Amino acid sequence: MRILHYWRAMSGITGRELLRFVKQRERFISALVRPLVWLFVFAAGFRAALGIAITPPYETYILYEVYITPGLLGMIQLFNGMQSSFSMVYDREMGSMRMLMVSPLPRWFLLFSKLLAGTAVSVLQAYVFLVIAWFYDIQAPWAGYGWVFPALMLSGLMLGALGLLLSSFIRQLENFAGVMNFVIFPMFFMSTALYPLWKLKESSEFLHNLALYNPFSQAVELIRFALYGQFNQYAFIYTLVAFIIFMVTAIIGYNPSKGMMTRKGGAG
Amino acid sequence: MKINKTALIPLFLLSAGLRAETVFVTLEKDNALAVVDPVQGKLVKTIAIGQRPRGISITPDNKFLLIAVSDENTIKKVDAETFKEVSLLPSGEDPETFALSPNGDKVYVSNEDDSMVTVIDTAKNKAIKQVQVGVEPEGIGTSPDNQWIVSASETTNMLHWIDSKSLEIKENTLVDPRPRALSFTADSQQLWATSEIAGTVMVLDSKTKQIIKTIKLNIPGITADNIQPVGVVIDNQRQRAYVATGPANRVAVINAQTYEVERYLLVGQRVWNLAFSPDQKRLYTTNGVSNDISIIDLDGQKVVKSIAVGSYPWGVAVKP
Repeated sequence: MRILHYWRAMSGITGRELLRFVKQRERFISALVRPLVWLFVFAAGFRAALGIAITPPYETYILYEVYITPGLLGMIQLFNGMQSSFSMVYDREMGSMRMLMVSPLPRWFLLFSKLLAGTAVSVLQAYVFLVIAWFYDIQAPWAGYGWVFPALMLSGLMLGALGLLLSSFIRQLENFAGVMNFVIFPMFFMSTALYPLWKLKESSEFLHNLALYNPFSQAVELIRFALYGQFNQYAFIYTLVAFIIFMVTAIIGYNPSKGMMTRKGGAG
Repeated sequence: MKINKTALIPLFLLSAGLRAETVFVTLEKDNALAVVDPVQGKLVKTIAIGQRPRGISITPDNKFLLIAVSDENTIKKVDAETFKEVSLLPSGEDPETFALSPNGDKVYVSNEDDSMVTVIDTAKNKAIKQVQVGVEPEGIGTSPDNQWIVSASETTNMLHWIDSKSLEIKENTLVDPRPRALSFTADSQQLWATSEIAGTVMVLDSKTKQIIKTIKLNIPGITADNIQPVGVVIDNQRQRAYVATGPANRVAVINAQTYEVERYLLVGQRVWNLAFSPDQKRLYTTNGVSNDISIIDLDGQKVVKSIAVGSYPWGVAVKP
């Protein structure tokens, strides 16, 4: 019976998330438009920017749009993770979170279900993006499209957990703009999503170090290697550890007796 | 037993398909020859070969390599297995490019400084004639039907059609400025030549010796002066032609029936010369500035790998 309870809760949360995803067609389209604009407009201007040095996992010279594709997959997941956090804040304001939190099931499980649902949505978006990229002549080896799935799951979970953590701090919807400015943009720009590490090092050692220790960089590298059928152990461990830290902190954050909500006197 | 034997046939076919060819690359600055296993994607070894090696060819029997060692004023004939020197051909001064006759009995060398083409009889190991051509001859090629030798002179902007029997110039064709390299189609009906300054590829009819099509290469995002076509090869079925574009770092893929450029494939820097694999499923490029060769999978029309080989890779030859 207990397992059935867990299952019902998880399918309820996932179902709600998927329903929201299907019903909000604009959200789906906007989630795709953002990386596509980067790919078709931004990357087009830098077609010849790379192609000077060959860095793994690539075995030959590549166009810039090939380079930033894994970064844009990361971008999809980063925005999706933050969007989830946004919806958590919304749920809290509207009171629907109370329904969730009064469930007799452990809080970590409810949060994890929520996270898994969000990740599933982001992986789906990532694959749609890969299909469009395929027709734009950005083609990875076939096996890579299989290997990238576990990588996308882990990176999605890590970025989603970060979103959860942030949402435990944010009391009002209006603060989401702050998340955009202080989390999404710095994370995205100070990473290997747009430029390889050696390129960043050329311009600034400081920027290079920031990018090196940015968990988003490691998530992007994990995706990049997986897409070319290779396993980047360092990126995997880094992403996994970041996920665990964010997740545990988020669970603590959502604990009414210990977490941020009591401290901020928030509604739960 | 019978079933077993039939089952083995595909295995044999498979092993034959996987049997690797060897790619030889001359390294202009390292004074060496790089030996590459393209299937493994590895540089096997590098052999000292002489001062400033550039043009390279393999004899039709695949037993010997001919390498123009420019600063030693000779063409070296070496064993393609042991790399031992067999003989030195009297190429004249500063040989850069040369062409073999289809049966390998003659070698035609461009002598850039003397405005000559030297004809060498390989059996006698002797220069039998020098043909006066335009200023700075460079690109040279022979027609597979053994009728013509064509020499391109860079400064005169001309292609000189030399009759292979009389060894005399029968016709000259004025072409776009600074013609660099040329190549006949397998049926000898067409001659493709590149113009470094105009950024064009010209297709000539072997009968009329006139240009029937000029293809201008335009690469989005690359300035016209950086598009300097050099090496050109055409597949045996005349489906596609491939042109190295020098500092544009790309190989142009041209439909050899419609003369439309299908795509540009990104390879290493200053792509210079090209060679097919014996089954024409792959194309090898020498990238002079980035010190590597790129391997293009022709079925997928994709660059699959670039392999570092040494300083200033120049010419490329493939042994089955």
